[in-house]
Amino acid sequence: MKQKILSIDNLSILLPAGADRQYAVQHVDLELHAGETVCVVGESGSGKSLTARAVMGLLPAPHVRVAEGSIIFGAEDISKVDYERLRELRGSEISMIFQEPMTALNPVMTIGNQIDEIFRYHVSMSAKERVKKALSLLFEVNLPDPEKIIDAYPHELSGGQRQRSMIAMALALGPKILIADEPTTALDVTTQAQILQLIRDMQKRLDTGVLFITHDFGVVADIADRVVVMQEGKIVETGTAKQVLTKPKHSYTKSLIAAIPRLKPRKARLRASEVVLRAEGVYKSFGSGGSFFGFGKPSREVKAVQNVQLELRRGETLGVVGESGSGKSTLARCVIRLIDCDQGKIELGDVDITKLNRNELRPYRKRIQMIFQDPFASLNPRIRVGDIISQGPLLQGVERHDAVNRAYKLLDTVGLDRRSFDRFPHEFSGGQRQRIGIARALSLKPDILVADEPVSALDVSIQAQILQLLDEIRTQMDLSMLFITHDLRVAAQVCDYVAVMQHGKIVEMGPTAELFVAPKDAYTKSLLAAVPGKDWHFSEINK
Amino acid sequence: MTRSTKIFKYVGKRLLQGVPIILAIVIINFFLLNLAEGDAVDVLAGEAGSATPEYMAQLRQKFGLDQPLPIQLMVYLKNVLSLDLGYSFRHDMPVNELIFDRFAATGLLMTSTIILAVGFGVLLGLLAAMRLNTWKDAVITVFALITYATPLFWVGLMMIVVFSLKLGWFPTSGMTNVAAFYEGWDYVKDVSRHLVLPTITLSLFYLALYTRMMRASMLEQYGQDYVVTARAKGLTERRITYVHVLRNALLPVVTMAGVQVGALIGGSVIVESVFAWPGLGMLAFESLFARDLNLLLGIFLLSSMLVVAVNLIVDIIYCFLDPRIEVN
Repeated sequence: MKQKILSIDNLSILLPAGADRQYAVQHVDLELHAGETVCVVGESGSGKSLTARAVMGLLPAPHVRVAEGSIIFGAEDISKVDYERLRELRGSEISMIFQEPMTALNPVMTIGNQIDEIFRYHVSMSAKERVKKALSLLFEVNLPDPEKIIDAYPHELSGGQRQRSMIAMALALGPKILIADEPTTALDVTTQAQILQLIRDMQKRLDTGVLFITHDFGVVADIADRVVVMQEGKIVETGTAKQVLTKPKHSYTKSLIAAIPRLKPRKARLRASEVVLRAEGVYKSFGSGGSFFGFGKPSREVKAVQNVQLELRRGETLGVVGESGSGKSTLARCVIRLIDCDQGKIELGDVDITKLNRNELRPYRKRIQMIFQDPFASLNPRIRVGDIISQGPLLQGVERHDAVNRAYKLLDTVGLDRRSFDRFPHEFSGGQRQRIGIARALSLKPDILVADEPVSALDVSIQAQILQLLDEIRTQMDLSMLFITHDLRVAAQVCDYVAVMQHGKIVEMGPTAELFVAPKDAYTKSLLAAVPGKDWHFSEINK
Repeated sequence: MTRSTKIFKYVGKRLLQGVPIILAIVIINFFLLNLAEGDAVDVLAGEAGSATPEYMAQLRQKFGLDQPLPIQLMVYLKNVLSLDLGYSFRHDMPVNELIFDRFAATGLLMTSTIILAVGFGVLLGLLAAMRLNTWKDAVITVFALITYATPLFWVGLMMIVVFSLKLGWFPTSGMTNVAAFYEGWDYVKDVSRHLVLPTITLSLFYLALYTRMMRASMLEQYGQDYVVTARAKGLTERRITYVHVLRNALLPVVTMAGVQVGALIGGSVIVESVFAWPGLGMLAFESLFARDLNLLLGIFLLSSMLVVAVNLIVDIIYCFLDPRIEVN
């Protein structure tokens, strides 16, 4: 084993009075060696991020602070050194990359300037040398055209390029420790695979110890040497990656691993013959700028959806899979006419709803309902849960008494207490809110549910519960579902049929079982190849 | 296309867009003002005391007030397009001359007010945010609250009482010392001495507003992820505040300041009255009561052009402050 570079002993982090627990992190022991990757895994609120921030001395002072324990780096305890020493260490000996590279970079400063700062505040180099070093760093993280990127602002780069720039920044001075706080969570699956590869390469070259925070066991399987599993601020299990992934000891670890959607496609079911929704030749483009008072042609046009054909049969779940910007959400919005498509037909049963006006559309609205991605933003914070659920039926002319009764029944269906009726959305957790969103969608007794990334904002264990709930409801109510997702593992688990979208077009469509085992299109293949923890999944499938 | 040619094209387009906007403002103002009872002839006759209906009709004919409204509008628009704003019967002078004279005075007052309000507002807000929850923050916040809540005219009167009458530091009113006939450098000094009290009075309210906004904006920016990144990079707090946070925090203040230039003209009416500052505000106030519609329309036209121009300038400043804003 290589030299030990970091050892956290008996670390406890105190939360401010009035928080839901006294300690964010309690009695945590952790070691990191040079060239090693330790993954800290846990769900939101497990204290994994705060542990990482404590190492950087970046706890949100003065409310959250280290109460007990030590963080030994080299010969000193960095939880006790003064601010100036901490500043010297940050960025040079220990550096960090974050989840959301867009917000983690200063939006009004060029990438070059943001790299340059690190040199200016840690080493003395001439301006010329600094520029040269920055260029070579950008080159090392495989950014195309470093001369251009050095003068670019963050918004001019793609998500992956931004994260590469962050990594260039973090590794500028060859730190001993790199702390990566969910660095790939906000990225598309193919980009994620590339960034993970980049971190591994750079680690090998610099012999950096990587403390990798993640909630995703797939990523763990790809990158970890050792794993630390945290639950409610305590470490429940540590071990080598192989041990934890194949023979988890603690029940929490077991349940977490069990909750991960497998890349194993669900079994094919018999397809019904009744078509409930058909989209034909749908086009939608967005334009912006260039016009005089909004007249005339926009100067820039984005073709979000191009010539899409879909067919959804009764009782089945059709997945629309794609990376961000592929047009999958726009398609979903066109299908339920939240936005109007430019061209094409969308037939609900045998009626083309694209031609209907507001009033004519109303009776069809209730037949197709949507579940949204963000359970926090999609519920009106000032309206009680009961009203949120019963509002739809009331608008459609259902008697108040019946609508309320229906709302109570739906609360039962989605597994919420009937007392939730009089509460406000903020009193619920993310998973519970998504249940409210589902109840709201079901309150109109729809034939079709359009679910736009319904679980991507949720923890894995909650995710599994919601997916199961959706599946149960679909069978119970004989619903058809259009399921939009970026996560192939989720798609594999819930969809009967999958359509893969890229640049607004459907590149491949077929039964899940076939498409996942024998993809035809190159893009589908690359998506499947990029799924984190793929080898681990397949070894399990083959077992 | 480079950024500068883009900006050049953009300015051209915006100026072009400004023409129909200003025309619409002129037309709407014309009808609005004509909705009010009475005209210049009524006022003149009333002041003269003994005007016969025949004489009044004769006057109306002379001023063109006997024509139907649409015709009057057409005549007015034609004149405006040839840069002639008509004749003020009240002042017996062409409106052009009258306005441009007064415009300089208002322009001076507004410019100094904006500089003072934005400059000190940003400074105080920055200081309050940096010294959050200390006595400095408390003093600044209370100061902002009090000035925000105090009516302009009262501040003006109290300024005169304290600084002019009791202490005798500054003159009570006007823009120049009429009796002194200063020239050159002395004239500049004289005007600046007269400018102090009106500027402070007019800027206090906006100063308070920008202080509060800047403080809130700084605090919001301190909570952003890029600040954590900057700390993780090992930058000093000084660098983080003055380079990273400050520039981002300025953006909403600049937006707000741009929007409020229009409101400043309104506020200047009161301040100009209190300090007898010979500006547009006071002129507008007088001409309203004299039913001097030509003059009033001219003032409105000029201020609408001013607002359009200032908005354009602010947008251009914004482009330089925030690279995310695309010019097109």
